[in-house]
Amino acid sequence: MERLQSNLKNMALSLTLIALIAAGILGVVYALTKEPIAIAEQNKQNEAINLVLPENDRIEQIKAEVEINGQNDSLKVYRAFKGDQLVGYAVETMDPKGFNGEIRFMVGFDAEGNIKDYSILKQGETPGLGAKMNDWFKAGKKGQIAGLNPGKNNMIVKKDKNDKGQGEVDGITAATISSRAFLRAVDAAYRAAFSSSDNAIAADAATGATKTDGACDEAGEKTPAADCCAEAGQDAQTTAEEA
Amino acid sequence: MGYLLIIIAAILVNNIVFSQFLGICPFLGVSKKLDTAYGMSAAVIFVLTLATIVTYLINLLLIKWELEFLQTIVFILVIAALVQLVEIILKKISPALYSALGIFLPLITTNCAVLGVAINVATKNFNAYGLDYNLLTGTIFAFATAVGYGLSLVLFTGVREQLKLADIPEGMQGTPIAILTAGLLAMAFMGFSGVV
Amino acid sequence: MSKNAKILLNGLVNENPTFVLLLGMCPTLATTTSAINGLSMGVATTFVLICSNIVISLLRNLIPDKVHIPAYIVVIASFVTVVQLCVSAYMPALNDSLGLFIPLIVVNCIVLGRAESFAAKNGPVASMMDGIGIGLGFTYALTLLGMIRELLGTGKVFDVTIFSEDYGMLVFVLAPGAFIALAYLIAVVNKIRNK
Repeated sequence: MERLQSNLKNMALSLTLIALIAAGILGVVYALTKEPIAIAEQNKQNEAINLVLPENDRIEQIKAEVEINGQNDSLKVYRAFKGDQLVGYAVETMDPKGFNGEIRFMVGFDAEGNIKDYSILKQGETPGLGAKMNDWFKAGKKGQIAGLNPGKNNMIVKKDKNDKGQGEVDGITAATISSRAFLRAVDAAYRAAFSSSDNAIAADAATGATKTDGACDEAGEKTPAADCCAEAGQDAQTTAEEA
Repeated sequence: MGYLLIIIAAILVNNIVFSQFLGICPFLGVSKKLDTAYGMSAAVIFVLTLATIVTYLINLLLIKWELEFLQTIVFILVIAALVQLVEIILKKISPALYSALGIFLPLITTNCAVLGVAINVATKNFNAYGLDYNLLTGTIFAFATAVGYGLSLVLFTGVREQLKLADIPEGMQGTPIAILTAGLLAMAFMGFSGVV
Repeated sequence: MSKNAKILLNGLVNENPTFVLLLGMCPTLATTTSAINGLSMGVATTFVLICSNIVISLLRNLIPDKVHIPAYIVVIASFVTVVQLCVSAYMPALNDSLGLFIPLIVVNCIVLGRAESFAAKNGPVASMMDGIGIGLGFTYALTLLGMIRELLGTGKVFDVTIFSEDYGMLVFVLAPGAFIALAYLIAVVNKIRNK
């Protein structure tokens, strides 16, 4: 069969037909895969959350405003409960100033603020250097942060110093910038989970005034949150007394 | 200030060829003479910037109509159409440049760099250094990336022209030594990481 | 050897897209950071190649010459989008490792090149065999390059540790190493072919 002539009618007809069939097929495939894609996304999120949290049977999600690198950002905080008891927080945190752009990961704290675990969601750091953050800071590894508490420990790299003194975390060898970004994000996560006043008051409702006071004390050391936390603590105390 | 950072990052730190591996196919073909390299760079800068603007706007429509899954098809068709347009215009304005570029002009359609940057800008997959992700930052990023492409192309061609005078072992002649050169250039560009 | 088997072998050896035709360089360099990534990219591209070759071959007489490029592009882009959707839905981990390069299959010079040089002039069965052959050639080239880079860079192959990561040459996992490893591979292939 000879090829169709290249006249306007044939060209328009053939292109339109192909385009329509293509659009049709794609529409069908899209409809079929829409749900699996959404499920896969949700699973990835859930996997990360459950990996970093202590044992729980219910999770609530709130959003907390924190300051990251001079800019105000909103982080997702997941509060984990066992029955009525608040057992921990998972925060999807990020820092835009990794070595190669934004790093984003899930970090989990228990109710007192001790870090339990973390799970990297997105990073574009240099392989073999910054990319080691995937497991460098995990339990049993050189830069372990599990068990440390941003409210008590100085969560910066050992070679750095701030008004709290010398840092306590072993940064990734030859990848200081990535390490600093990672730890800044952990700090932001802690502030999001423990210092937002909403959080403090709601937590009080679930766990009782004492618990809230405790959380506030640790967070109280952080300057931006201190005032709101002190207030919240006082509010909580009043509520408890009234109850 | 953020704009300057975007520009420096796109040209040097995340150079599209030596760091992101986009736009390499025509790279090996066009880099034999400096004149063609300049011409190709100019063509890419023009097409890439224009394509990014057009695809960004069309992407806004796709998002509005929830047709994001058509992104790949629509983008590549827009790019193909734009290249046709550039060809027609160039034929009229500068037949000399048109014949100098020869086959490489329609090849810009299949240049991964153009589609890659268009997709990256549309999906906000680039570092805006604190600025908003909008048409302006996207266009500046695209333009700077294309300039980076031109820079690497000209550098590479310059080295290759010198290589013609060198004594190269038989197995390495032609493509292998060219790719090896690109690798060494990539290593040099790695020195820019951490600048911004 | 039957005609179809010859076409298949052609894609693997004589017209190997990576080592001989030097097409499809972008994904070759970018996705071969590990053996499994290279393999996955090769398989995805092969799928698109086979499907588009078959369809374009079937339609070759219905597409007027002047519009053949946009027509081929629509066909290829459709299959690429199908791959994109299926990977996001059923293999999300792959999405993370291959990222931008899945939609970039549409501008992979190999796919469009084979469509123009083979599928447009031959029957569907022959085109399918060509797609399989070239696709396999591309896949094995990518996997080989990925294995070399992963082994030299991290001491592992397909995530199996061969020697300690401390002895790895990091450069091979990074950009320059891709160029260097590929250059030497092509040089070796050239030497073998010219013997």
